Amino acid sequence: MQLALVHARYQLLEIIRIPVAVFGSAFFPAAAMIFFVVPFAGEDAVGATYATASMVTFSVMSANIFQYGVGVAEDRDQPWNPYTRTLPAGSAPRFAGRVLAGLVLTYLSLIPVVVIGATLTAAQLTPAAFLLALGTVAVISVPFTLMGLAIGYSLPSKAAIVVAQVLFLPLAFGGGLLSAPGEAPGFIETIAPYLPTRGAAELMWAAVGDYRVEPLALIMLGVWVVLLAALAGWAYRRDEGRRFS
Amino acid sequence: MTLARAEQASRRYGDVLALDRVDLEVRAGELVGLLGPNGAGKSTLMNLLVGLRRPSSGRVELFGGDPRDPASRRQIGVTPQETGLPGTLRVGEVVDFVSAHYPDPVPRAELLDRFGLADLARRQTGGLSGGQRRRLAVALAFVGRPRLVLLDEPTTGLDVAARHTLWDAIRAFHDDGGTVLLSSHYLEEVEALARRVVVIGQGRVLADDTVDAVRGIVGVRRVSLVADDLPDLPGVVRSERVDGRLHLLTTDADELVRALVTAQTPFTDLEVRPTSLEEAFLAITSGNVTSGDEPSGTGRPTTAAAGGRPTTV
Repeated sequence: MQLALVHARYQLLEIIRIPVAVFGSAFFPAAAMIFFVVPFAGEDAVGATYATASMVTFSVMSANIFQYGVGVAEDRDQPWNPYTRTLPAGSAPRFAGRVLAGLVLTYLSLIPVVVIGATLTAAQLTPAAFLLALGTVAVISVPFTLMGLAIGYSLPSKAAIVVAQVLFLPLAFGGGLLSAPGEAPGFIETIAPYLPTRGAAELMWAAVGDYRVEPLALIMLGVWVVLLAALAGWAYRRDEGRRFS
Repeated sequence: MTLARAEQASRRYGDVLALDRVDLEVRAGELVGLLGPNGAGKSTLMNLLVGLRRPSSGRVELFGGDPRDPASRRQIGVTPQETGLPGTLRVGEVVDFVSAHYPDPVPRAELLDRFGLADLARRQTGGLSGGQRRRLAVALAFVGRPRLVLLDEPTTGLDVAARHTLWDAIRAFHDDGGTVLLSSHYLEEVEALARRVVVIGQGRVLADDTVDAVRGIVGVRRVSLVADDLPDLPGVVRSERVDGRLHLLTTDADELVRALVTAQTPFTDLEVRPTSLEEAFLAITSGNVTSGDEPSGTGRPTTAAAGGRPTTV
């Protein structure tokens, strides 16, 4: 456990030394806040709160898909990674460290969205709901962490960047993150419950407001977690088999 | 006591047999050189011994245990490839990171000082020169006060001064009782450091002997000349005729030339050149010379690399 913290610390150091990497995953949701949420839902306290929660979901998704998808794929290219496995620790602390560092970065990337929501819109949250939302962020990180790991362990880094970019916008729009709950265009309302982004967003909405989650979206989120866990596990074992067996 | 052992270890990558039934034992206090051309299987053997890879068949052991078990690796030190250092981390941070894995690491300042890196502790590794990176990479092998260090081509690409600094550090470690397994394709490097040399070629152990004995095999010279017919000459390992020139690989060029002159054979355009390791290895693998029958005369020319320039393949 101590070693996992050591690994997390140095991975964070590596990432933070190139601030653009952190900036990247925070930028798009923050820009969406400014261009869509502030002008259209900024005045309405309830709408702005939901919209901010949606952007938080967006941010969690893109931060995780990119940092794991691209980060893991790039790591696999580096000889430093095999070197760490000759240290008397094995691969577990490095993996645990990566997940810890990922969670820290996810929270960091939320700061702009939350700050914009709090200062430029009428969004409001009780301290209890805020804490609940913080916890929910960790929960909804799970499917997107697994998605990122599946991408990172199965693709070379150049392909991983493209796949991550291709995935994140359709997931955001298709899950109805850019519309108020229940007010997305018709076909999006139809497909949204089947995407992992929707289930995640519903959990966030329920954390910040008086929102009743749709069971279908939650069940599908569970299905996604199982599927993505299987995919990530398969990709991880295949990579281990290729490079370390 | 045996610290590292390979027993009939083979390793296959798809259709390629990278290691073919290799036996190797590294005992406490030894400094063993692993010599062979690129692609001979040196790195594969190292990877098996440090637990990065599993043998396809046979066994490898580290301190009596499986190298893939982290506990077996507590007393070894390994060098990362210099290109693999995380570029954004500072030199001191990289050392601290590796130190965190060991119960009683060498203090950072002491280690950096020993490898001439004391002034660079605050520099990011990405900004170091190739030689500095290499020194840091080798230093990392010594952080955990290992009993055995495994150095895979530690001085490749270094200038002479930097290479000697590293050699001194490796020697000092060995003089304190440390055990070293070092791979290289520089004959000069193995000669400078090791007593025992294991020559690897095409995945097999070709020779496992003292430096002197292996030098006799590897120190093959190429004598080339233009001549029609030659008498029987001593010490010829291989001969071939290319574009009218005769090329003779010999373990004793002096003796060969003497015999040539004594026989009063007409010849022109005589040339004596050191061979590359690869040529020497080819000579060994062709089966004409084994580690048992090399000449041991004292008047023999010394090594192919005696000119101070490492013989690379």
